[in-house]
Amino acid sequence: MSKLPVTLLGACLCLAPYGAMAQQAAKLTDPQIAHIAYTAGQIDIQAAELALKQSKNKEVKAFANDMVRDHKAVNEKALALVKKLNVKPEDNDTSRQLTQQAGAKRKELSTLKGAAFDKAYAQNEVAFHQQVNSALQNTLIPNASNGELKDLLSTGLKIFQGHEQHAEHLVQSLPARTGAVH
Amino acid sequence: MCRLIILAAVALGMLASPASPAGTIRPILMKDIAFAPKQVTVHVGDTLEWANQDIVAHTATAKDKSWEVNVLPGKNGRVVMKAAGTFDYICRYHPNMTGEIIIEP
Repeated sequence: MSKLPVTLLGACLCLAPYGAMAQQAAKLTDPQIAHIAYTAGQIDIQAAELALKQSKNKEVKAFANDMVRDHKAVNEKALALVKKLNVKPEDNDTSRQLTQQAGAKRKELSTLKGAAFDKAYAQNEVAFHQQVNSALQNTLIPNASNGELKDLLSTGLKIFQGHEQHAEHLVQSLPARTGAVH
Repeated sequence: MCRLIILAAVALGMLASPASPAGTIRPILMKDIAFAPKQVTVHVGDTLEWANQDIVAHTATAKDKSWEVNVLPGKNGRVVMKAAGTFDYICRYHPNMTGEIIIEP
């Protein structure tokens, strides 16, 4: 898996890709669904790694460490499952679009520093998890055929719903944005 | 005499209590990103033991911050309840996990 920098999955799913994804839903295979979910996890790990590098805020760093730990745990389970099922995750339009958008968002965030970065990262985490959770709930889980994959995605959804709330608390705890500091 | 009456009253009170004696260990599961059971009633001196059956770490954290335990996947974590009261608690990592502990004297 290539490095997938931070992105706003929402941008990927809400703009053209989201419409495309909804249209593609019936066509998505389990290997494609697995790859989309794995890619989203990798994107959030990359976002967290950027936060660990850029931020000096204790709460932001703690949150980022939580994201790395949880998304790695879920992705390890996903890899173990596809190995067990003897299927190879397939790259597809949606995962490619995620990766592409990730590059742009990572670039944007990496220009920010201090409190501006912290707030932008935390807000991005809220939006990212909202969109991932929406995609899991409305598209990926309903379209998964294999029961074990469906179960893992459902567990992932509950974990990521927790992340969404956690990120909302983090946003509330940080000072309001006063503009980007470059 | 007065002391004897008080002692007898306390003893009778203890006998009449339907709850388990202090020092009991009460298990709670962390499973499917939820606490089960969601509400537990214990006595001061009892121990709560959370067993994490999920694939990610959890905490049991009192909202008033008076107690907390971090529990890794597949592991258990304990807290002795030292003060009476009603405690709402969450997992700090996944605040959608909520529970309530009622601690009776």
